[in-house]
Amino acid sequence: MHTIALCGNPNSGKTSVFNALTGAHQHVGNWPGVTVERKEGEFSIGDEKYKVVDLPGTYSLSANSADEKVARDFIIEGKPELTIVVIDQTNIERNLYLALEIIEMGRPVLFAMNMDDEATKLGISIDTEGLARFLNISACKTVASKKRGIDQLKAAIKDSVENQKFPKLIRFSEKAERIIDELSVYFDKVEKKELKRWYTIKTMENDDLIAEKLSEEDYAKISEKLHEIETKLGNEADILLAEERYAIIHGIAKEFVKRVITEEGRERLSTQIDSVVTHRIWGIPIFIAVMWLMFQSAFFVGGYLVDVVDVWFNDLATYLSSVMGDGIFSSFITEAVIGGLGAFCVFLPQLFILFLFIAFLGDIGYMSRAAFVMDRFMHGLGLHGKSFIPMILGFGCTVPGVMAARTLESRKDRILTILVTPLMSCGARLPVYALFGSIFFPGHEGTVTFTLYVIGIVLAIIMARLFKSQFFKGEETIFIMELPPYRFPSPRETFGQAFRHSWSFLKKAGTFIFLAVIVIWLLSVFPAGVDAPKEENYIGTIGKVMEPVFRPLGFEGWEAGVALTFGVFAKEIVVGTFGTLFTGQELGSVEEFADAGVKGPLIQGLKHVFPNSLAAFSFMIFVLIYTPCVATLATIKQEIGWKWMLFTAVYLFALAYVTSLVFYNVGLLFI
Amino acid sequence: MFLDKVKVGGTGTVKTLKATPVIRKRLLAMGLTPGIDFKVVKVAPMGDPIEIKVRGYQLTMRKNEASCVEIEEVEV
Repeated sequence: MHTIALCGNPNSGKTSVFNALTGAHQHVGNWPGVTVERKEGEFSIGDEKYKVVDLPGTYSLSANSADEKVARDFIIEGKPELTIVVIDQTNIERNLYLALEIIEMGRPVLFAMNMDDEATKLGISIDTEGLARFLNISACKTVASKKRGIDQLKAAIKDSVENQKFPKLIRFSEKAERIIDELSVYFDKVEKKELKRWYTIKTMENDDLIAEKLSEEDYAKISEKLHEIETKLGNEADILLAEERYAIIHGIAKEFVKRVITEEGRERLSTQIDSVVTHRIWGIPIFIAVMWLMFQSAFFVGGYLVDVVDVWFNDLATYLSSVMGDGIFSSFITEAVIGGLGAFCVFLPQLFILFLFIAFLGDIGYMSRAAFVMDRFMHGLGLHGKSFIPMILGFGCTVPGVMAARTLESRKDRILTILVTPLMSCGARLPVYALFGSIFFPGHEGTVTFTLYVIGIVLAIIMARLFKSQFFKGEETIFIMELPPYRFPSPRETFGQAFRHSWSFLKKAGTFIFLAVIVIWLLSVFPAGVDAPKEENYIGTIGKVMEPVFRPLGFEGWEAGVALTFGVFAKEIVVGTFGTLFTGQELGSVEEFADAGVKGPLIQGLKHVFPNSLAAFSFMIFVLIYTPCVATLATIKQEIGWKWMLFTAVYLFALAYVTSLVFYNVGLLFI
Repeated sequence: MFLDKVKVGGTGTVKTLKATPVIRKRLLAMGLTPGIDFKVVKVAPMGDPIEIKVRGYQLTMRKNEASCVEIEEVEV
């Protein structure tokens, strides 16, 4: 198996190239020790198998962020037989910057000159062969989103791997080369002699990697020498290098890039769209309208489909239980297996629509505009402009919210956003507010619900700031990015992305949810062997153990603990659990209980557990904040790993406990 | 003068970067090197970030980051 690396700028079409090469043969994991997504895929050419490692999309390799460090270390330490650099031909100069940095590493390189169709339309023609010969690399033209040029790319990969070609040494100006000579002597002792020059260049860029490669003494000496040189230079050495790289790029462009007509056509269209979309006055209303449309589609169109799926599963369960009769096995199949499958399949239509929107908005180039419009606000909260979409999705369902955090480039922003998104009160918590509101706060349900949403938002702001200062102290947030030109998306790409996201949810989260459902079923059926969350079953025992824990929050009864335990499966189940416990009927809302004529016992039961409205509100706060549902946890695990998943589960439980405790006990002073 | 003070529509040339290493490296990678011309295209609805045109593409950054770019203004 040959290992090759894939890198490129954000928006260069790197993901399209990866998908076109590997198709469905992809695995997503994490890089060891860091929460940066590691995507790998496989393909074969003839009998030869190739493993492609998709490195994070970056603008440079100066190890500013975990993403850049991962990419850089893989090329140096992972020693891929070939590094493919995806280059957006329509923005050749900036894309060549990363390409030059990779060439400086001295490993075999292949340029995938992407977006060939757009470049042709814009009158840009690049002499790919000449460029490849000049740099002593391989290159070929592609339109990855339309799967054009992929066969040629594969042929070029095969050829480059078989005939390892090492790129031309990029020489800077005499001034810079003199500095390199002066500094490189400190690397005489390093093991890998071939990297001496590269280490020197990184020294000039203040890369912290150098501290690892040199003895403390040598590091101090080289730092002093560099400082001396920079003082003489009157500027930082990295500015000099960047200036020279761009000068080299300018020379390359002059030689190999021909612009027949100016870029005005596309520019005019993009500018026109932007004059509306990021308008000083209209920018925000348009953004809100786009979000509204996304929600409407997902939760109304999708909601209809959810009902359809739900009915299928119910029918299936009813049919099976009629065939199999009563009994433990029948209960296991209908409640645990079918119920468990149904529980996450019903999510799918809504999720798919949301993923489709996210993919579409990203592909046309709107996502970065949304970040541009909202950044001021989000930055004030300690977050990034792109955090807004995940958080707003969280009001519908936390799962797509967490998944949408993928659009954030930096790992720090991604983690921060995911940690606070569960505090956006999701749709599944509404039935709980509705039930408690109608019983304990009749006539004020709206105010009470609104208050809860506000509490969630306020806590999210506080927690985001806290986590930022605790976990990511000193890590600067940067908001320096391209606003890519608007592009007409390829339906295949957009749908493909939505399918892949849905599938990955189904595969990863599905297993997790399914297991959770079975565990909960076991707890609620054994040891008594009756299918109900009765006092004498394990779940009852759990409720009883938790009773003294919850008493300080005002919950007086083991039923609260049972309902909250089930609520981790899915928050709306809290209502159904109280129903089963107090009325023997598992219903979804207060109207359904009224229709069934059991509203009385339900109210009585609840008023027994929550003796006053203070205790009831304390419970509502708890439901808002505490450990998110298993689907969310599974998604968090998939996105940022076990450690953060456990942290989220624990911190939200603790936060819920403390908030309810403070609220209830302060409240007691006033009544 | 610094980039964050340039009005919308104004153009100029980058003189040097007075930024922390992280911001500086990113600005350099994006092509904001000494001597390059730029144009300030837009300010976001809430007054921050800004959008500039440099090296033929649209680049956005926060004013805080723009305040690290020392420039020579050509035209207001």
